[in-house]
Amino acid sequence: MDATAHTHLDALEAESIRILRETKAECRHPVLLYSIGKDSSVLLHLLLKAFHPGKPPLPLLHVDTTWKFREMIEFRDRRAAETGVELIVHINEDGVRRGVGPVTHGASVHTEVMKTQALRQALAQHGFDAAIGGARRDEDPARAKERVFSLRGAGQRWEPRKQRPEPWGLYNAGLAPDESLRVFPLSDWTELDVWLYIRREKIPVVPLYFAAERPVIERNGALLVRDDERMPLDAGEAPTMRRVRFRTLGCWPLTAAVASSASNLDEIIDEMLETRLSERAGRIIDLDPADSMERKKREGYF
Amino acid sequence: MARANDDIATRLRALERRDTLRIAICGSVDDGKSTLLGRLLVEAGMIPDDRLQQMLRDSRKHGTQGDAPDYALLLDGLEAEREQGITIDVAWRYFGTSKRAFIVADCPGHAQYTRNMASGASSAELGLVLVDARAGVQTQTRRHLAILAMFGVRRVLFAVNKLDLIGYDVARYARIEHECKELARTLGIAQADAIPVSALNADNLVANSRQTPWYIGPPLLEFLETVSVEQRADDAFALPVQWVNRPDAHFRGYAGNISGGRIGTGSEIVVLPGGQRSRIARVIGGDGDLSSASAGDAVTLTLVDAIDVSRGDVIADAAHPPQIAAQFACHVLWLDDAPLLPGRRYLFKLATRTLGAQVTEIKYRIDPDTQAQLAATRLAANEIGYCNLSLDADIAYQPYARDRTLGGFILIDRESNATVGCGTLDFGLRRDSNVHWQHLDVDRAARARIKGQPPRCLWFTGLSGAGKSTIANLVERRLHADGFHTITLDGDNIRHGLNRDLGFTDADRVENIRRVAEVAKLMLDSGLIVLVSFISPFRAERHMARALFNEGEFLEVFVDTPLEICEQRDVKGLYAKARAGDIKNFTGIGSLYEPPESPEVHLHSDREPPAESARSVITALGL
Ligand SMILES: Nc1nc2c(ncn2[C@@H]2O[C@H](COP(=O)(O)OP(=O)(O)O)[C@@H](O)[C@H]2O)c(=O)[nH]1
Repeated sequence: MDATAHTHLDALEAESIRILRETKAECRHPVLLYSIGKDSSVLLHLLLKAFHPGKPPLPLLHVDTTWKFREMIEFRDRRAAETGVELIVHINEDGVRRGVGPVTHGASVHTEVMKTQALRQALAQHGFDAAIGGARRDEDPARAKERVFSLRGAGQRWEPRKQRPEPWGLYNAGLAPDESLRVFPLSDWTELDVWLYIRREKIPVVPLYFAAERPVIERNGALLVRDDERMPLDAGEAPTMRRVRFRTLGCWPLTAAVASSASNLDEIIDEMLETRLSERAGRIIDLDPADSMERKKREGYF
Repeated sequence: MARANDDIATRLRALERRDTLRIAICGSVDDGKSTLLGRLLVEAGMIPDDRLQQMLRDSRKHGTQGDAPDYALLLDGLEAEREQGITIDVAWRYFGTSKRAFIVADCPGHAQYTRNMASGASSAELGLVLVDARAGVQTQTRRHLAILAMFGVRRVLFAVNKLDLIGYDVARYARIEHECKELARTLGIAQADAIPVSALNADNLVANSRQTPWYIGPPLLEFLETVSVEQRADDAFALPVQWVNRPDAHFRGYAGNISGGRIGTGSEIVVLPGGQRSRIARVIGGDGDLSSASAGDAVTLTLVDAIDVSRGDVIADAAHPPQIAAQFACHVLWLDDAPLLPGRRYLFKLATRTLGAQVTEIKYRIDPDTQAQLAATRLAANEIGYCNLSLDADIAYQPYARDRTLGGFILIDRESNATVGCGTLDFGLRRDSNVHWQHLDVDRAARARIKGQPPRCLWFTGLSGAGKSTIANLVERRLHADGFHTITLDGDNIRHGLNRDLGFTDADRVENIRRVAEVAKLMLDSGLIVLVSFISPFRAERHMARALFNEGEFLEVFVDTPLEICEQRDVKGLYAKARAGDIKNFTGIGSLYEPPESPEVHLHSDREPPAESARSVITALGL
């Protein structure tokens, strides 16, 4: 390999930057959906690179379900301050008023109201015509055919038949008045690529990804880290300190931890290569019927 | 745990240094593509345990292999996909080894889905083509290979599958191998190899099989890990400008991905198609200045001189710039269900440039099975044609065979915004070798001045019997009485003369309007007020007509009369015939009328007398 040869990570990075710039150039009012996890951390890093030496000319949007780990919120606010990128936080106030949460209403109602509806509200309120997300095609077989520029019809619905071919990465951002786009710059990345890139670029990630002693309760085989008092303990249930970490981050009552001693990036990647469980095994919300991913996509969850 | 940290670090360094191979995998239905891919992923250790368990459970429930594992299930789309009819889309798969990362475009097998291969083939460096050992090369193999060739895939690997079903017969395999390589050669694919495999038994997938001692090449995975793919032959620097980065008044940089070659500070460049020259002041990467950058890098450039550069321009090596043209010979693969019609206006996007375009001529259509050239006046979905393409302005380009980025384009429908076609530029047609534009000293303004009137085109559109001719006639009488020079082009009359060779198919309707619009323009150039009275049912053609004129010269007059009223009037008895089935493609009955979105004049002839309508038109003319 000569000095100019590009590695896989170089190629992924360059293509993602191209997608981010293309979105800004072709769309009227794009926004980057920042969910605080590792994929969002990579997206933010790429966004800074894409518009360097200027500041990114588009804001971040975090849809706060009010059930994120406190460490996530702290991390979010710190990164926004460090990078100087505009951060919009949206909460579905109507859902808050109705007291909607995962403990009282269950995973699907909570997700629908506090995440899906909240996102729709935020996009409509600010008039965003393109929302950039960190979803990857390797996450689930249901995503294998998703486009990079994914067309959404009225109500943010995904319309399978209207999706546009993208030869040569020639993205078509033309929209009718009630249409919008979801843009996925990390489409071609795998979970391994994401971690290798975080390691190479020294990108900050939420400490919850690293193993530490945390107060854990075990329910139906899932290890839950109780972040506050809103989740009542069952009779006889008491948190015990265990060495755990998270592979994905979401609402804390819906995200299972894994027992692990991997406390740095090298150990995380090594563990990932050895343990051989898919990423979504940690998302309690996904333990629904087989095509739930598909359904959520059409409802505008992604 | 407990593996030495040095070990981990070494392993991660190797992973970090991997390169990429982009593969398009295709085959006919049931050649075993899904089984092969699923099996390869499992054998290479790429499938997480929980998904593997799921597959084994599903195999017992609804696999095709009895109780044995059905590896194809690992890739199966969901129930919903089938209902939505998108099983036919390209599915993207990702896997890797310690040597290489693979991005796989899994192309659909059915013949009628050729168009769905476009996305996958356009970026592929290697085509992996499945062939069923019992059947050998099939029609679909030919089609897939032809598409791979059209999209510039220079290397293919034939996986001759189901060898177990021919008893690992070396003679039969050798015949198929020969047949495959012959086919690749005739299609101009530079390098072709073949591997005998059985996806079911994992023969020659990750390890050489004892069943095929006569096969001396590497197993499939090793082949993929080590195959070298041809790099871009052309290495002159070029960067399509994607975004002008202007964070403040002091900085102006041009961001984009380098499509070819290498650039450093001080390099001499030219900005195309404008032709301004300058030198590179800074090459800026994602987090700081670089001394140089090369093909594939996403960078931001600044220039020594303050010249005007915008998105869509190409910054290129001043000594070896790409070519410039506005008209091309090209291949087009049509993607949309509505056909490509010559003369219709589309948007064209190549690299970062988007502009208006039309296919002026379909020279021939290519038979997907024999590659024979067939006559064609339109292209239906999945058809490939060799065409002349005319753009609204010059662009910088390269022939596709030399450069995929500066030679590959898409066509976008102006109404629906859908991506309706894609294609590859072959060569530029120079205008002066094509049609020479004679410069004329006496221009339209001069001719109009002598007549003492501004030239105008009044374009009356509406259903048959809406009242277009009646109103146009009144308008012309009035103008004539006031001393204006006018002419009327009437649909029926023109069809008796200039357009008598045209019928009423969509393609002929487009041509009908194109000719009338051109004639109207000539008359407008001569200083006249031109009244055109044509049904002109399609928005795209009216846009095309409008585009021929200057701002303000063209007034679209929509004679908006409900179909029921026109049908009641039925002055020429045509609606009756159409209803009886004697006239096919009659607008409003067998053929669509697309009302204008924002006509300059909107008339309701069912609510006011024709004289009233005529007055509205005269007022709008504002003479
Ligand atoms: N005997 C045998 N059968 C195979 C082999 N590969 C695939 N098949 C079978 O061929 C059928 C079609 O395979 P599938 O992978 O679904 O084909 P696809 O349509 O090309 O994806 C299935 O019944 C497979 O089990 C092979 O190497 N040997």
